[in-house]
Amino acid sequence: MSALLSIKDLKVYFDLGGGGPLDRLFNANSVKRVVKAVDGVSLDIQERETLGLVGESGCGKSTLARAILRLIEPTDGRVFYRDQDLAHLSQRQLREQRRHLQIIFQDPYASLNPRMTIGQIVGEPLETFRLARGREAEQRVQELLETVGLSKRFVKRYPHEFSGGQRQRIGIARALAVDPDFIVADEPISALDVSIQAQIMNLLEKLRREKNLTYLFISHDLRAIRHVSDRVAVMYLGKLVEIAEAKTIYDEPLMPYTKALISAVPVPDPQVEAGRQRIMLEGDVPSPINPPAGCRFHTRCPYAIDACKEVVPQLVEIKPEHFAACIRISPAQPHIEDVAPGTAPGL
Amino acid sequence: MSSDGNLLEVRNLRTYFDTDDGVVKAVDGVSFELKRGQTLGIVGESGSGKSVTNLSIIRLIPEPPGKIVSGEVIFNGSDLMLVSNEAIRKIRGRRIAMIFQDPMTSLNPFMKISRQLMEMTQLHLGHTKAQARAHAIRMLETVGIPDAHTRADNYPHEFSGGMRQRVMIAMALSCEPELLIADEPTTALDVTIQAQILELIKKLKRETGTSVILITHDLGVVAGMTDHVIVMYAGKIFEQAPTRELFARPGNPYTKGLLRSVPDPTAEQGKLYQIPGLPPDVAHLKPGCPFAPRCERVEEICRREFPPFVQLNAEHYSLCHFAREVYSESGGTPA
Repeated sequence: MSALLSIKDLKVYFDLGGGGPLDRLFNANSVKRVVKAVDGVSLDIQERETLGLVGESGCGKSTLARAILRLIEPTDGRVFYRDQDLAHLSQRQLREQRRHLQIIFQDPYASLNPRMTIGQIVGEPLETFRLARGREAEQRVQELLETVGLSKRFVKRYPHEFSGGQRQRIGIARALAVDPDFIVADEPISALDVSIQAQIMNLLEKLRREKNLTYLFISHDLRAIRHVSDRVAVMYLGKLVEIAEAKTIYDEPLMPYTKALISAVPVPDPQVEAGRQRIMLEGDVPSPINPPAGCRFHTRCPYAIDACKEVVPQLVEIKPEHFAACIRISPAQPHIEDVAPGTAPGL
Repeated sequence: MSSDGNLLEVRNLRTYFDTDDGVVKAVDGVSFELKRGQTLGIVGESGSGKSVTNLSIIRLIPEPPGKIVSGEVIFNGSDLMLVSNEAIRKIRGRRIAMIFQDPMTSLNPFMKISRQLMEMTQLHLGHTKAQARAHAIRMLETVGIPDAHTRADNYPHEFSGGMRQRVMIAMALSCEPELLIADEPTTALDVTIQAQILELIKKLKRETGTSVILITHDLGVVAGMTDHVIVMYAGKIFEQAPTRELFARPGNPYTKGLLRSVPDPTAEQGKLYQIPGLPPDVAHLKPGCPFAPRCERVEEICRREFPPFVQLNAEHYSLCHFAREVYSESGGTPA
């Protein structure tokens, strides 16, 4: 296996203004406000792998995905796709590459143009990239619909005639139209009913096998992530905090944050639920505007010490193929439970 | 209060909607009971009728196009379907409170949180302004809003999603209702925040003895929170049982399918069980069982005849022609 995508120190900052001379004229305390939505993320996505990306809302997971595809311009960093740095391509060069990199969105109601027929929606990318036209394009659209489990009779219908699950299939067909290598699935099942979620997960998995696709699968649903991913990356306030195999992340998480995240997932078994001790995190995720210094989790971490407020932890390979960003653990001392409790918990 | 400790008895509730597409039988013959101090979970996919059931209970169905066609809702001995509009208005918010999925749409964006909370007790409990404010702040503290004194004078947009849901809960519980209806209260929240909110509801329930109806699509939430569960599909109750019984020995193919289609983190990866097809169009239900087109053990009779509501044991019912067989396969012994 080799990396299909290699992300190096990617940053996406949003400047909210403030702190300028004029701002200070009106408010002496005005400071520059910057949202560090993605703050130095480095990550390799292997060919044909499904990399799961989890995190809570506002952690920057969708921004990261969009910056990879340059749907949002990254502030800094590189994104190598087959030796080309997507982050620094010209618009024209980028357009050529876009064919290989597609995205499926969360909200199947908002991501399809209501005035276009299903045939036009799925056929549009073929036209844009001049892949097929006329009769051939029609044929191709019908094949695509069948690939995602929809009837080819639907080509003349409009999005509002379909259920959420069907619309998600239409979105998938559109993404597949250009024969991509890499697909970002941004919360593809979150808006769907339980019985339909399973269908879409199975469909994505089937397509991955048949078409040798590579996925970045973004979700806040840890059960789904565990099911579909080969490896899982956990994100918190703009930074990756842990990466490992899906099973390892779930069974033996190292980071206090990941542990809390997994322990918060409700299990559909009343007996298990009754006997469960949850690790409850206090408080909310801090604002990504001027986030906490040092380790960004220190304000909620029961193991925080003074150094955590100053040192920005780097991802370290704590166990083989298992990376975590926490200064309190190391390959010699991998288990946070074995270290002394925090002396300076943030709360 | 009725003799057997039921706070709420719903009998044969039918709520229909007139649409261009025909009559939608959103809720069609639903009956259940809720004992004092207990939590009832109502599970179902979108369009199953779980929310309409609860809106019908407190008569919040927009009419037209909706209409409560039949049914009794006995709350504390009196039938809410028969009381005057004035009387039901006094019950809503005071004795039966609701919280919804999206707290932002249920809070007035132009009003400070404090005023919205104060309105509740000034209206229902006759509090003076000062009493209402003190009570509002106490409630905000109860639901874990830090620095409640100051935060009370913030507007809804100044709170995070989780904090807003806490405000909603504070508001819902401020008149100490006997029944709390929570409609997907954590669906819009992150998992760690969801865990906090569910824990909060559990704690407040323990302290106040409020009965709860929890509507959700998440079987995990049901497993951890409820005493009894109702599974709805196409406006009907498909299965009804004590929570542990339902999860251990489901007696309906739909319930079984739902339980199997949730990924199990402890299992190996691979193909996930999926219920085929789509939820039915309730405006155009065919005769027979509404689940028949998606059911893996469907037989000829299922397409022809509407299934019976079979009692499997003391508190366990299933709407299926083969309920006993399904129950036996799950390891149950039909009574």
